Amino acid sequence: MDKRRLTNSIMTTLTALCAFTVVGILVLIIGYIAIQGVSSLSPAFLIETPKPVGEGGGIGNAIVGSLILLGLASLVGIPLGIAIGTYLSELGDGWFGTVVRFVADSMIGIPSIVFGVFVYALVVLQQGYFSTLAGALALALIMIPIVTRTTEEIVRLVPKAMREGALALGAPEWRVTWDIVLPAARAGIATGAMLAVARVLGETAPLLFTAFGSRFYNIYLDEPMASMPVQIYNYAISPFEEWHAKAWAATLVLITLILVINIIVRYTTRRGY
Amino acid sequence: MSKIRVTNLDFFYAKVQALHGISIEIPQNEVVAFIGPSGCGKSTFLRTLNRMNDTIPNTRADGEILIDGVNINDSKTDVVALRRKVGMVFQKSNPFPKSIFDNVAYGIQINGLHSNKADLAARVEKALTDAALWNEVKDRLNTSAFGLSGGQQQRLCIARALAVQPEIVLMDEPASALDPMATQKIEELVVELKRDYTIIIVTHNMQQAARVSDKTAFFMLGKLVEFNPTQKMFTNPNEKLTEDYITGRFG
Repeated sequence: MDKRRLTNSIMTTLTALCAFTVVGILVLIIGYIAIQGVSSLSPAFLIETPKPVGEGGGIGNAIVGSLILLGLASLVGIPLGIAIGTYLSELGDGWFGTVVRFVADSMIGIPSIVFGVFVYALVVLQQGYFSTLAGALALALIMIPIVTRTTEEIVRLVPKAMREGALALGAPEWRVTWDIVLPAARAGIATGAMLAVARVLGETAPLLFTAFGSRFYNIYLDEPMASMPVQIYNYAISPFEEWHAKAWAATLVLITLILVINIIVRYTTRRGY
Repeated sequence: MSKIRVTNLDFFYAKVQALHGISIEIPQNEVVAFIGPSGCGKSTFLRTLNRMNDTIPNTRADGEILIDGVNINDSKTDVVALRRKVGMVFQKSNPFPKSIFDNVAYGIQINGLHSNKADLAARVEKALTDAALWNEVKDRLNTSAFGLSGGQQQRLCIARALAVQPEIVLMDEPASALDPMATQKIEELVVELKRDYTIIIVTHNMQQAARVSDKTAFFMLGKLVEFNPTQKMFTNPNEKLTEDYITGRFG
């Protein structure tokens, strides 16, 4: 075997090994969670509210709570993030764009608990109670910069030729952005939104100060709201074996939920043309 | 009266002057070819005619560009209306990520040219027919434009430009990325289209200029060297420079 072929096969093997290591670790984590959690998993677990030790109980209210929090946060965070990201890409070459970009980058780097404390001081203390809205606000603040930056990068990738093609037909700039550029970047924007969704669905710290948690089913936005990460936290720090198993099961459900949302979004936003 | 009349046009990319005192008159319903070596300013000049250079920051055009007697090189010009009147086909085909039908329909829709759905469909069919593409795509109008071959995509872009009923069509090396067969189709199309449109075509292909155009303009280093009937340009040009370029002595 000559030197070039040898180098080629060594490098190919090395990169394959790297890929296997990463995927392997991921499989290990998910596998371990599944093994630990599957024994406590049952239909009742998915429906019931938490109960005292030995009496069963589940995470039904936490699942609903997480979905409500996520829904509200996405409703604000995703459109706002896409709007800011599009602004940065299409018009953000001046000093103002630079400032916005810097702020977004800094926000991505801020630990999530800071957002919790921020909303706690700004909303919870003012109102005097923990609430779903406060929790959703904290999550939205985390989502905005993530969606902003991914949207900007993706929208920038839309070829200039495509924009010029639309402009040459007599389309005003805003219509070019709306009709041509954003649809062309749709799949990438969805990926950015998914990153943000997956991130906040697993956030615990910002919710401890805002939505707080609840032992009951709740749909009122001005009351404390249960969520899966907080419930996992409560189960996990308890001294009871039974609750530890429930924490594992809840983790498994959370990961599955993120996976399902991911698949749905991918399917609905896949490139039409 | 000439369709387009340019007087003393200078153009700058920041501090770099790309066009020097261009003056030219382009008559209606003729095909005019712009030839010249790369970087001579012919594409830049073409793009001043529909103000496409506006999208490039730090550029400036000084001088008068009259289209139908109205100066379009003016800050008060409605560029959206201008670009409807002066269509453009680009060097690389640039279909939108939409279906074949929607690609052609888009310009009609944003300009509100159609009265109803049937009218829209009829206009799309007419544009595709005019671009000699209808027979090839009529059974797959709702499939992606990216599924077409390179030559078909370029004709789709021509159909898209024609659909908004422009009066002038600017073509920036429309066949440079195509094979000889597809090129021939585009060339036949250009000759066909001059009945209804005034066409300006930038090309690096001298034979192409000779085949399709009525008049030819030769640019060099940002200056218009010679502008004469194509026949004369290719047989007995006034300028030595033109002759050298056309006979391939440089460039």
